[in-house]
Amino acid sequence: MSILIDKNTKVITQGITGATGSFHAKGALEYGTQMVGGVTPGKGGQTIDFDLENGTKVTLPIFNTVKEAVAATGATASVIYVAPPFAADSIMEAVDAELDLVICITEGIPVLDMVKVTRFMEGKKTRLIGPNCPGVITPEEIKIGIMPGYIHKKGHVGVVSRSGTLTYEAVHQLTTRGIGQSSAVGIGGDPVKGSEFIDILKLFNEDPDTYAVIMIGEIGGTAEEEAAEWIKANMTKPVVGFIGGATAPPGKRMGHAGAIISGGKGTAAEKIAVLEANGIRVAPTPSDMGATLVAVLEEKGLLEKCKG
Amino acid sequence: MNIHEYQGKEVLRQYGVNVPRGKVAFTVDEAVSAAKELGSPVTVVKAQIHAGGRGKAGGVKIAKNLDDVANYAKELLGKVLVTHQTGPEGKEIKRLLIEEGCDIKKEYYLGVVVDRGTGRVVMMGSEEGGMDIEEVAANSPEKIIKVVIDPAVGLQTFQARQLALDINIPVELANKAIKFMLALYKAFEEKDCSIAEINPLVVTGSGDVMALDAKLNFDSNALFRHKDIVELRDLDEEDEKEIQASKFDLSYIALDGNIGCMVNGAGLAMATMDIIKYFGGSPANFLDVGGGATKEKVTEAFKIILSDANVKGIFVNIFGGIMKCDVIAEGVVAAARELGLDKPLVVRLEGTNVNLGKEILNGSGLNIVAADSMSDGAQKIVSLVK
Repeated sequence: MSILIDKNTKVITQGITGATGSFHAKGALEYGTQMVGGVTPGKGGQTIDFDLENGTKVTLPIFNTVKEAVAATGATASVIYVAPPFAADSIMEAVDAELDLVICITEGIPVLDMVKVTRFMEGKKTRLIGPNCPGVITPEEIKIGIMPGYIHKKGHVGVVSRSGTLTYEAVHQLTTRGIGQSSAVGIGGDPVKGSEFIDILKLFNEDPDTYAVIMIGEIGGTAEEEAAEWIKANMTKPVVGFIGGATAPPGKRMGHAGAIISGGKGTAAEKIAVLEANGIRVAPTPSDMGATLVAVLEEKGLLEKCKG
Repeated sequence: MNIHEYQGKEVLRQYGVNVPRGKVAFTVDEAVSAAKELGSPVTVVKAQIHAGGRGKAGGVKIAKNLDDVANYAKELLGKVLVTHQTGPEGKEIKRLLIEEGCDIKKEYYLGVVVDRGTGRVVMMGSEEGGMDIEEVAANSPEKIIKVVIDPAVGLQTFQARQLALDINIPVELANKAIKFMLALYKAFEEKDCSIAEINPLVVTGSGDVMALDAKLNFDSNALFRHKDIVELRDLDEEDEKEIQASKFDLSYIALDGNIGCMVNGAGLAMATMDIIKYFGGSPANFLDVGGGATKEKVTEAFKIILSDANVKGIFVNIFGGIMKCDVIAEGVVAAARELGLDKPLVVRLEGTNVNLGKEILNGSGLNIVAADSMSDGAQKIVSLVK
């Protein structure tokens, strides 16, 4: 089991003919993802070829709209690599086509566009992951996004993070310790986004195959604090945390649009204190995320189960 | 992106937000002729730098006649102003806003921001105007009134009226306050602001509701659709290294330590700074080379890091995903050769093609210290710069 996606999920790529879209569609196909088509307005009716490393050739149909793509392929998920000025429109198109899951990789979407998108999504069935995220992977089954697939290993630890590279770092530390992952979800570094920590923690909590979770936060906003309180009240599985940005100066945007200490709020120290107050073990350095989880798993008697 | 107060007021004026009449001046002569043109009984001479706290730092002067204006302009232009937001090095004043004075009866606070919790734009008001709003928030949060705005319909009149009354703007001026708030929200939305702060908003003796100060910040992700705003950028107000980095699509932020950092990914870049600090060092910068770094980009990144005279050593921390370690290694070697790097360099590579990358570093003949993990690398660079 896993969350959000598994080997049966059929995926379309919005922006499939762009350099980024086609590159990562190929990467997903190599990983075994059921990529069933793509959308590029104006190129409907054409096809796109992928020569995979194992020698097979895959040809995918291109559609003008998401609705057409869904009708023709039965896709339930979409991944978006559309340029920032048009990405909000692409998300809303996918929501309107009633997909279950939309993953937006695009970085640099204007924040007021995302304010409108989240308003548009109210009451709709679609779950949005991102934008400005690496995507979602269920190891050895399906990869949707830009993460390096080979560092992952199938298993029982869930990973949820605002940062792409820190997710890879955590996954790598787990895999090299023989601990696999149920799913790894990058929720993205933007201030207004589709899913927050709590949304993903709920899914991990309900997933019988996830035994523990690593949550990787960073400065800015209060999502980690809210998650910590939710975890204390609801989570039946151990959660280990890390917060990036302890040395970030206030008022400066640290790469991610959402990583900013404003008005003295959203500091790493504050977040770490709230996490610890709610019983979440916090890794002292990003190098210790794996070791911290192992220590907690050992205490809870879960280590052997997680190594299986 | 930040702009100056006088530019912010100009943008707001276009939307019908009530602001005092004023003009920018770059010289003493311009200041005097601007004051002459205004012809107001009292003229305010305001230093224009991208930092708050100018009044307290002596950057705002009240002139009763043209001689005063000339003297104050002479005093302020070229002066380095140190406020609580500039840092101890301060900022040189190169522009002045010459503005008509007004008869302030009471000061209020009005701000518009994107609230991350609700994912909505929020307008905030307070009757504690002219003060540091963060202090108000900390000491008497009940004095800050918030209105959550539905993006589908925008700020509604009834919401603005409620806010005006809640912050105790006199009821007979409510309509003027409503007009002000609606115009401010429109400017915020149409120009893709990230912050619009009017502190203070004032009620005058003659019954006007007016923005005495204006701070507008813009969402840099949205600048592609606001060419007029991009033109307001003042490069004098920005760090030279940050400007250089932005030309090469590198995300760089100068800090005051001595260990230069080059990392891929914003989260990892922040965490790298943290781990350097954890082991007793001090990072000189945040630098994210991004996911698609090329040899050229890596070389540029090195140049920018080394242009900081405080840098005593460099830590390269790469988790190659899409970005391949051998490409980074080639870039590092080429940059180190080209620049004749004579400072300690620690490189930690992990991920795609890591062995190929390590071979390139080892075979380069350069004095590059390889690290096995982030913590190993951080400890090595910290001990090397000591």
